[in-house]
Amino acid sequence: MSRPFTPAVVTASDLRGGHVVWLAADDRWVRDIAAAELIEDEAHAALRLLHAQSQPLVVVGPYLAEARRGPHGPEPAHFREIFRSRGPTHLLPGPGPGPVQPAG
Amino acid sequence: MYSYSDFDEAFVRARVAQFRDQVDRRLAGALTEDEFRPLRLMNGLYLQLHAYMLRIAIPYGTLNPSQLRQLAMIAERWDRGYGHFTTRTNIQFHWPRLVDVPDILAALADVGMHAIQTSGNCVRNVTADHFAGAAADEIADPRPYAELIRQWSTDHPEFSFLPRKFKIAITGAPADRAVTRSHDIGLRMLRDAGGAPGFEVLVGGGLGRTPMLAQVIRPFLPEAELLPYIEAILAAYNAAGRRDNKFKARVKITVFEHGLEAFRDEVEARFAEIREGFAGVDAALLASIRASFAPPPLAARDPAPFHAALARDGAFRAFSDTNLSPHRHPDHAIVTVSLKAHGATPGDVSADQMRALADIAERWGHGELRVSHEQNVVLPHVARADLPAVWAALKAAGLATANVGLISDIIACPGMDYCSLATARSIPVAQAIALRFRALELEHAIGRIKIKISGCINACGHHHVGHIGILGLEKGGVESYQVTLGGDATEAAAIGERAGPGFAHDEIVPAVERLVEAYLALRDGPEESFIDTFRRLGAAPFRAALYPREGRRDAA
Ligand code: SF4
Repeated sequence: MSRPFTPAVVTASDLRGGHVVWLAADDRWVRDIAAAELIEDEAHAALRLLHAQSQPLVVVGPYLAEARRGPHGPEPAHFREIFRSRGPTHLLPGPGPGPVQPAG
Repeated sequence: MYSYSDFDEAFVRARVAQFRDQVDRRLAGALTEDEFRPLRLMNGLYLQLHAYMLRIAIPYGTLNPSQLRQLAMIAERWDRGYGHFTTRTNIQFHWPRLVDVPDILAALADVGMHAIQTSGNCVRNVTADHFAGAAADEIADPRPYAELIRQWSTDHPEFSFLPRKFKIAITGAPADRAVTRSHDIGLRMLRDAGGAPGFEVLVGGGLGRTPMLAQVIRPFLPEAELLPYIEAILAAYNAAGRRDNKFKARVKITVFEHGLEAFRDEVEARFAEIREGFAGVDAALLASIRASFAPPPLAARDPAPFHAALARDGAFRAFSDTNLSPHRHPDHAIVTVSLKAHGATPGDVSADQMRALADIAERWGHGELRVSHEQNVVLPHVARADLPAVWAALKAAGLATANVGLISDIIACPGMDYCSLATARSIPVAQAIALRFRALELEHAIGRIKIKISGCINACGHHHVGHIGILGLEKGGVESYQVTLGGDATEAAAIGERAGPGFAHDEIVPAVERLVEAYLALRDGPEESFIDTFRRLGAAPFRAALYPREGRRDAA
């Protein structure tokens, strides 16, 4: 019997800006993992990843990251993805990350 | 300091234009990411956990005020208002957008800076003693040699695709402040019996997965033979280094697998072949470079204001105790500006602080600034009489933390707060340790101690050579911190030994605290530093402090 598929989200870096993005069900790249599509089926995951990989002028390095269903949408499973979804955890000098600017 | 010749200027400008074109082609789809990645890396541009990261070279850690002001401008205009100094004495911006990087590189070129060879399998930024040209114990300023090596290695056709990256460090003083033994090549200045300057040449050092200390390949190399000898080492390594396994590709493994003697034979054979070809060109070049490192004119200055301030102000006295080092001119001092305010990120500097440092260096420091591998900034030439004013100006910029060499003066790599290779965070650990020991008010009682933290086995945070080294790993889906003890980064270099099982993120600060408590209880008086106590007693009592429950189990 094959292993059950672990739910995942498709994530990548924005080519122009470098910021972290997730793939939403409506094909938009969003900056909040909660708005991403939680993929619970292996075949569908492969298709969504292919869809991401077919956009090399939009994103860099798409991959499937383990996620779980949370009250407000998908949540990252691994601590690395938790940090990726929230930004640096230390106190920043200067103005800090602040609200995320849309990349042009 | 060295200023760009027309050749340097044209070279860097051409690279900026080239990279602008490469970015355009990537954005237009003419280059794939696989094609583009090595091109961007050749220009110091990484893609990290949250964003791109631009690593800018600061050759041998030397900066002038206009460069620092330009870095401040870049931080504010294209990044998030701060930069991060690394253990290779480079500066990293952690948030640039790809589309802005060509403009950033053009702005760097305006002040004689670039990001070339800050990545890739080439000769990386040559580091030097951060007290170069100022230290009281120095034989000669090592930076002219470092600049000579920089010019020779930049875009060197034979060494642009080495088996792996290659790091060189050089010191002009017997005290090793450049961690020469952790480098692929370490150079230490010496004088021969007749007083002529030369180098002890070390090869095959490196931290990372397989930490090794460099070994002496040539006990004394005359100054004039420096470049041909380095070229011979690189050539021997280029031919014999392993390209089949990334983890075995550094020269330390080549030396280890072939044996030092066999590797030396290769180097000497190659050296005999190429030595003639240099024909004194390098000596002529060195002479012209040396002129641009002429020391600033240092006049005799009555240090009375310094002594008056010492008597008057306890805070200034504390700063003087920790942050000053002896200058070769007795009326002057070397000031180390700590970028380790308690709770701050080691090595981070805001744009305002960059401008403040530039102003201070210009007004009181002959316009000279250095970045140290310990992620601090050095003002190498300050008259003692001016120290009270310098201290006040540093204080106004939040830069007067009196902790250089103390437990809160921690090296920490960016770790999982930025780095895509990280297995755990390092910055928050450094912040928590610094805050904890400030709260305990024990810092000055503990005295000199080096804690160094890396967020993965690559060891950018030099944890192997920390008195206490901390390595962040992942274990069972959580962060786990492994402690090494007894490392040393100085001329008494040593690789720390692993203490035992790792600690969870919330256990690592208490573990360090137990180590320090054990030291305070065991030391032979306040004069005996942590590392000296460790050397006297060995690891056992420190292990027992780290793992108290095990001790109880054994006793039961
Ligand atoms: S040690 Fe590892 S985590 Fe830290 S900066 Fe180097 S590669 Fe990144």
